[in-house]
Amino acid sequence: MSYAVTLNNLVCHFGAVRAVDGVDLEIAQGEFFSMLGPSGSGKTTCLRLIGGFEAPTSGRIMLFGQDASRLPPYARDVNTVFQDYALFPHMNVRDNVAYALTVRKVGKAERDKRAEEMLELVKLDGLGERRPGQLSGGQRQRVALARALINRPRLLLLDEPLGALDLKLREEMQIELKALQRSLGITFVYVTHDQGEALSMSDRVAVFNHGKIEQLESPKRLYEYPRTEFVARFVGSANVLEGRLIGQPAGLYALRPEKVAVSSGHSAGANRLPGRLLDIHYLGSQTRYEVEVEGQRLTAVSGSDDSELQIGDAVTLGWDAGSLRALSGAPAPAPSLAPQGGAGGGKGHGGGS
Amino acid sequence: MTLRRRLSDAFYVRPLFLLMLLLIPPLLWLGIIYLGSLFNLMLYSFYSLNDFTGQVEYRFSLSAFQQLFTSPANVDIVLRTTVMAAVVTVACAAIGFPVAYYIAFHTRGSLRMFWYLMVLLPLWSSYLIKVYAWRLMLAGEGVISWFFNLLGLGWLLQGILSVPVVGGPSLSNSYLGMFLVFTYIWLPYMILPIIAALERVPKSLIQASSDLGAKPNQTFWKVVWPLAIPGVAAGSIFTFSLTLGDYIIPQVVGQPGFFIGQMVYTQQGTAGNLPLAAAFSVVPVVIIALYLLLARRLGAFNAL
Repeated sequence: MSYAVTLNNLVCHFGAVRAVDGVDLEIAQGEFFSMLGPSGSGKTTCLRLIGGFEAPTSGRIMLFGQDASRLPPYARDVNTVFQDYALFPHMNVRDNVAYALTVRKVGKAERDKRAEEMLELVKLDGLGERRPGQLSGGQRQRVALARALINRPRLLLLDEPLGALDLKLREEMQIELKALQRSLGITFVYVTHDQGEALSMSDRVAVFNHGKIEQLESPKRLYEYPRTEFVARFVGSANVLEGRLIGQPAGLYALRPEKVAVSSGHSAGANRLPGRLLDIHYLGSQTRYEVEVEGQRLTAVSGSDDSELQIGDAVTLGWDAGSLRALSGAPAPAPSLAPQGGAGGGKGHGGGS
Repeated sequence: MTLRRRLSDAFYVRPLFLLMLLLIPPLLWLGIIYLGSLFNLMLYSFYSLNDFTGQVEYRFSLSAFQQLFTSPANVDIVLRTTVMAAVVTVACAAIGFPVAYYIAFHTRGSLRMFWYLMVLLPLWSSYLIKVYAWRLMLAGEGVISWFFNLLGLGWLLQGILSVPVVGGPSLSNSYLGMFLVFTYIWLPYMILPIIAALERVPKSLIQASSDLGAKPNQTFWKVVWPLAIPGVAAGSIFTFSLTLGDYIIPQVVGQPGFFIGQMVYTQQGTAGNLPLAAAFSVVPVVIIALYLLLARRLGAFNAL
């Protein structure tokens, strides 16, 4: 069985901007595949290359075993749900959904019947006469989905389809999309900058950064075993620590906040760091502690807020040695909001208690 | 200071008051001076002229319209003008659409400014100068005829000019020449509204159409064109009504036959038959109204 999508050393430059800079990947048929990354990381360009809306500078795009690098969008067995939905404002909902059949010159009766079936599938039956302008954001999103699915494409591309919806609706749609993908057996390629969305729905996730794939793995492995500092910080949140600070070989290590326990007072030992409590954020189901250690700001998350800790208290962070993940590659530039990383850790090294 | 502050506060609390203050002068101008005089003129079309005294009789009468529709010469004028306006409109749309399409979809930033300028530049010079310049170019000894002869195509120009109705002794004395001048003069008024309509079409709609299997010509006719129609309709109202009302170009270029604009001009001026002039000026209004109704019936404004 051939792959649904194969990208070979795919490159797409816009002038001096290297939007996609050498991407290799294979997407199996029936897979729910996500491309995750911050804006400008190349994930959307990569999707648009698969859809045929951009032409690659070099490299090859194979769809179901056939070279599609230079095929126009209308010659690819691929449909897309656009970020702004791109519904035709001069047509009603039914004609929007039936558009792919109209351009294939399918008869009107057949067209209307299948459009009505698709509207039922996305739970919009009875709204066929409405205009897109009369629908809510969530309804428009469903119309876009129905329109893209009416031709039973073998591959569906989704470009941040839930980005414009509010949180509650987004969570509902995530569940529905996943269920739809399972029942139809269509390959989904899903672009998002929301790591929670990518983790909860996907079979595999590719994390994009600067036009390249940083890591490609199942959601669980991606979260449990981030390979670079960028992935560790972008997928979930992470404390990134210097090896010498925590008695490990040189290099950077990631430690998830929920693997860190906070205890009152200073106590020395292996897999422990003394610090000062900077801030407490009560989040309902959990509590987040911001702790200053050796000039670095570290985060710990615990399930319940049973401690009597006060801001400014001396505290000790402790963790299981097995929770540390060694990172490879050059350190990513520190996010401006949380100053930490090699330089800060190195400076305070001599003054360890 | 306090007064200004209190005024600002008052305007903020009652935004409608400020709006009214700003709108009343233009509404007065538009409502009373502009539309009022237009209605007054139309009212005159229902008065009649006393043939003996040459005075307007202010009583309801359809004699002006009777005069308009029973005299074959007057019917000719209406037909001639309407056909010319229709042909000019179609030509402007045919030439203007590709230009507008290019500017709206394929230019950005300073390149787009450049093209806007190129479209608008002809409007900077005097209308009369442009018309007379065309007359010189179209004349029997003019540059166009010279160019045809240079290419050895003089026979072709002669052939075109020998076509009845359209042709004439020279381009400057033919309806073909008049058509060329009208089309040139009104073209910017067609291009600008089409650009405005096309600029509002999101690129993603075109990509979505292509994504759903539509070939470029299908995308054009099913997506781009329906969304451009309001712009084409707006532009065609400009070119159509401007041609219907113009009285300079038919005087300078073309054959001796009168156009509606000229007729209005002479009837209300030298002939002093204000009711007939008014009746003539009602014709374009009625034609435009019918045109708009038809366009709406055909769904031209569904996307608005």
